[in-house]
Amino acid sequence: MKSKLLACPYIVWMILFTIIPLGIVFYYALTDSVTGQFTLANLAGMGNYLPIFLRSIWLAMFSALICLVIGYPVAYFIAQCKPTTQRFLEMLIMLPMCMSFLLRTLAWVAMLEDTGIINSFICAIGLKPLPLIRTNGAVILGMVYNYLPYMILPLYSVIMKIDPRLIEAALDLGCTPRLVFSRVILPLSGPGILSGITMVFVPAVSTFYISQKLGSPGTTLIGDVIESQFKTAYNPNLGAAMSLVLMVLIFICVAVMNRFGESDGEEVIAKV
Amino acid sequence: MKRVNLVITILVFIFLYLPMIVLGVASFNTGLDVATFKGFTFSQYANLFRDESLLKLLGNSVVIALLSSLIATVFGTLAAVGIFSMKGRMRRAVMTMTNIPMTNPDIVTGVALALLFAFTGTMLKINSILGFWTLLIAHITFNFPYVILNVMPKLQQMDPDLQEAALDLGCTPMQAFLKVVIYEIMPGVISGALMAFTMSLDDFVISYFVTGSSFITLPVEIYNYTKKPIQPKIYALFTLMFAVILILMVVMNLLQARSEKHSKLHNEKRRM
Repeated sequence: MKSKLLACPYIVWMILFTIIPLGIVFYYALTDSVTGQFTLANLAGMGNYLPIFLRSIWLAMFSALICLVIGYPVAYFIAQCKPTTQRFLEMLIMLPMCMSFLLRTLAWVAMLEDTGIINSFICAIGLKPLPLIRTNGAVILGMVYNYLPYMILPLYSVIMKIDPRLIEAALDLGCTPRLVFSRVILPLSGPGILSGITMVFVPAVSTFYISQKLGSPGTTLIGDVIESQFKTAYNPNLGAAMSLVLMVLIFICVAVMNRFGESDGEEVIAKV
Repeated sequence: MKRVNLVITILVFIFLYLPMIVLGVASFNTGLDVATFKGFTFSQYANLFRDESLLKLLGNSVVIALLSSLIATVFGTLAAVGIFSMKGRMRRAVMTMTNIPMTNPDIVTGVALALLFAFTGTMLKINSILGFWTLLIAHITFNFPYVILNVMPKLQQMDPDLQEAALDLGCTPMQAFLKVVIYEIMPGVISGALMAFTMSLDDFVISYFVTGSSFITLPVEIYNYTKKPIQPKIYALFTLMFAVILILMVVMNLLQARSEKHSKLHNEKRRM
């Protein structure tokens, strides 16, 4: 009975600094910046930003899919190594997450610039320099680079836990290795795929630094617009409205994915 | 198939570490441009240690990371014990609250806290409320979930008989907690604290929104730098931090391997 009280300071803190701030976001989103009166104008103005919202979703989803395609083989490979090697490789995946992502992104700027490392190499072998930076491709590259570990780690932890007896059973019952993969291993890694996609999609859709450094004015993302409302254009009410829409959008995306995940899980159980 | 996975894994590791190599090489470059290597020098490192303002910013980051992870670890561990003794709806409600900072994008957490502080500032008629305290509050808030989500599984794995045995043998609940429970959950507490510390040390997005000119951390200053031409001593700092984190991770890895071996032996003895 008494030990429940131990959580009290924490609960009070979280109400003060996560629940109430979200309430204040609602408040700002629904009031006018000058008069402070209730208004829906901020939310109604979101229509103008529809292309930016769509671009953010498109780029983030595409990056999440690329992360899945290149991350899955890596996670699968690590899960099949010896335990000590596994731990070492896992550490190497986690290490970049601990380093300043600003500087790592800047390193990509230095590589992709018009007079950067890759282009000076291309010029040195006698070809014409490529337009690499300030493209959608560069922004996607930045997203994939920064968030790839968030895909590999959940995939790895799920694949590692797959019971080897299930794979043996499938092989004994006449499955080819390819069938074992598509019928057993892939469905069982479903939860890892879902959490990986979520963990890449959420930071990617809301980033502003990557698009500022690797993108152009034509690749402005929703995060850039929110950041500018607070730091340069100073319209916190519009910024709050956009944050609110972004939050709802992510909530819907995650809920839809979880719904998929649940039905997938049931199918797997039914099949097994 | 395995060979294909190996090739992809090697390529992905090259991809992940390419920017580190670029920054590492740049830290020894005599020229200012990252793209052209003019000559080898240690002078960037000398400049780094002579630059007191930069070292002070690093100190600020470390102070915030230490304080926030320490507070979050103490109160978060207590909270985890409290939450663990809760049941049903109450527990689910608190866990949902814990997940809010994890599922919300950083930019939304940052904006929400910035609005809260702006709101409190106007209420209290303080002009510049943003600074050390707002930064500390924000960091504690986003550190809490890392601690709780690391400690909770350890509580679930703990053998409940151990605590009961301690109580039967005459311990007060407080003694039972200090002498038994704390040892059982220690690995979770440590990994939660380390995660909180690294997240806090490297955080840019949330800090960017809740910090004022009176107290700036290193990542925020790096962001400000990147608008001007970047100083090469930053590369030296990055390279040094990379080396420190690499060494820390290797040591942790070895310690973990040893303790796992130890607990395996321990469990075998217990069974006998």
